[in-house]
Amino acid sequence: MPVPELLPESLFDKLWNAHVVEPQSEATPAILYIDLHLVHEVTSPQGFDLLREKGIGVRRPERTLATLDHATPSLPPGADGQRPYITEQAHYQVQTLRANCREFGIELHDWDSPSRGIVHVMGPELGATQPGMTIVCGDSHTSTHGAFGALAFGIGTTEVGHVLAKQCLLQNKPGSMRINVAGTLGEGVTAKDLALNIIRHLGMNGGTGYVIEYAGEAVRSLDMESRMTLCNLTIEAGARAGLIAPDETTIDYLRGRAKVPQGEIYARAAEQWLQLASDKDAAFDQEITLDASGMRPTITYGTDPGMSVAIGEPVPAASNASQEKALQYMGFRAGQSMRERKVDIVFVGSCTNGRISDLRAAASVLRGRRLANHVRMLVVPGSENIRRQAEIEGLHEVFSTAGAEWRLPGCSMCIAMNGDTVPPGKTAVSTSNRNFAGRQGAGSRTLLASPETAAACAVMGHVAKVMDLGTANLETVQEVA
Amino acid sequence: MRAFTKLTGPILVLEQENIDTDQIIPARYLTVTNFDGIGEHAFADWRFDANGDPLPGHVLNEPRAGHSPILVGGHNFGCGSSREHAPHALLGFGFRVVISSQIADIFRSNSHNVGLLPVVLDATQHASLLQMDGEEITVDLEQCRVTVRATDGAEQNWAFTIDPFARHCLLRGLDRFDFLNQAEDAIEAYEKSP
Ligand code: SF4
Repeated sequence: MPVPELLPESLFDKLWNAHVVEPQSEATPAILYIDLHLVHEVTSPQGFDLLREKGIGVRRPERTLATLDHATPSLPPGADGQRPYITEQAHYQVQTLRANCREFGIELHDWDSPSRGIVHVMGPELGATQPGMTIVCGDSHTSTHGAFGALAFGIGTTEVGHVLAKQCLLQNKPGSMRINVAGTLGEGVTAKDLALNIIRHLGMNGGTGYVIEYAGEAVRSLDMESRMTLCNLTIEAGARAGLIAPDETTIDYLRGRAKVPQGEIYARAAEQWLQLASDKDAAFDQEITLDASGMRPTITYGTDPGMSVAIGEPVPAASNASQEKALQYMGFRAGQSMRERKVDIVFVGSCTNGRISDLRAAASVLRGRRLANHVRMLVVPGSENIRRQAEIEGLHEVFSTAGAEWRLPGCSMCIAMNGDTVPPGKTAVSTSNRNFAGRQGAGSRTLLASPETAAACAVMGHVAKVMDLGTANLETVQEVA
Repeated sequence: MRAFTKLTGPILVLEQENIDTDQIIPARYLTVTNFDGIGEHAFADWRFDANGDPLPGHVLNEPRAGHSPILVGGHNFGCGSSREHAPHALLGFGFRVVISSQIADIFRSNSHNVGLLPVVLDATQHASLLQMDGEEITVDLEQCRVTVRATDGAEQNWAFTIDPFARHCLLRGLDRFDFLNQAEDAIEAYEKSP
């Protein structure tokens, strides 16, 4: 007999309820316990200052994990042995995190760590990210970790201080949305394309105030790296967090990773994790169903990630003054074919699409081909682990042979604060997550796409998709066979 | 944190929708380790050319900009990154209030934490404000009310809602950390629970 007062709960409800230290009231937000706090150099210094101001330590250093990623150069040290930081201030920011981690006893993945990487790539890779957790970081793409069935969201620097000090956050419970994606993604259509289609459907603010759970056949059949890409981009629709219920794919991915329990204990943990799912009749504030089967390789054309089209379709007309302004900034005319756009720079990397499967996808397009003469391409692995794996597989040689630059792990051109920038007026096809005006450097024009598409654009020298390639820029026909 | 109760002053309108935090403070200014002086770089790519010279035509470079404490932005203000540098940059520039018809989640909570008042009005009220660049209005957090004066001098009062705890802290200039700190027993109990 079901107990009548037990209402069916969503995955989000379960994660939320399990972490409430003090419930939300009319007058005050809930106090939410945080299981894992990820830290990087840009948004943490003022948080550590709070500790010093209050004369306290980090409450749970073992629940805190730090890396260097945003301000770090992607070029190796020069002849003088010095890393080429863009400014002394950027170098100082890195030194500040190093000093803070030493002072407060936090595990930092510094230059010498074999695991250093972009914060949202490194956490899952180490198995620090686990189902059922609450995870925060002073970075909006913390939503990435929701791919594991963890409640994960970005916070501001004041809140970084709060979590360092108290391992807790003041939060009002967001609303809940479920997006069911029926059908299956077609050949050559990736999680990036799926996400861009979802953001276009919701609009870049359609998720504001919500935690989104992704469900349905198309989501279930994604591997973990693709799920991370999807959840990563949740913030681009304005939502706080994205969630996917753990399943065997999740359990297989995490098994054997450095920070998960091993053997028998892992099996028991996995059993618990598999319980984390929305109950059958769980209520959502909003529910949407989309069909994956009609989706095609997609690219953005405007200055927000919601402005995208299937490659091959013309640039849509602006529907308001802001979109008009976006088209102007991007140098597009409504009705124009996207293919006319010459591409100057291609960036493969970031916490959205800088994982090994992304690099393999880009390499598979480039193998045996070379970049169009005018194209500059940067390939930046998401972590040291990915860099090593790619080099074992010889992917770095595929990139170099094609004419691309193989760089050191970090955020690089995604945020362009380390000196890797797109010059004013130039067009970049980027596998990252934001095409805001100036995001990749003042005056930069960013088109967001999947690694496959980015590589195809690099070969063709203009906007293209893999299917357009034919035998373009093949060095020899044999090499691709 | 500076308390906010009530303020009367001219508004500055930035009509564009989806003003993201990369516009408010471009990433290259994020290598700082404190927020001092960050207001100088607010909207840097809008205000300055490639040589760092001010663009004469931009409203943010008009003399009135520094004396307009109320920013009215287009729909979905503050979307994008979680950088707290954004509300700090607006405060540093001289704004105390940001009004829009939608304000992004993380930007809003960051604003609460640093003492910038985010106000969300309905679409019609917001649309009228967008037409009132430079006019004086009153934002009253005690009453949760925005007062505008129509051309015939008649006053209109618009109510807004805000998270009650954020209002409580902003009105008194309270640091939210202290509230968290008072919950030490509950946090300990939670940590001890199985
Ligand atoms: S790769 Fe880009 S989005 Fe991801 S953490 Fe770095 S800067 Fe942020």
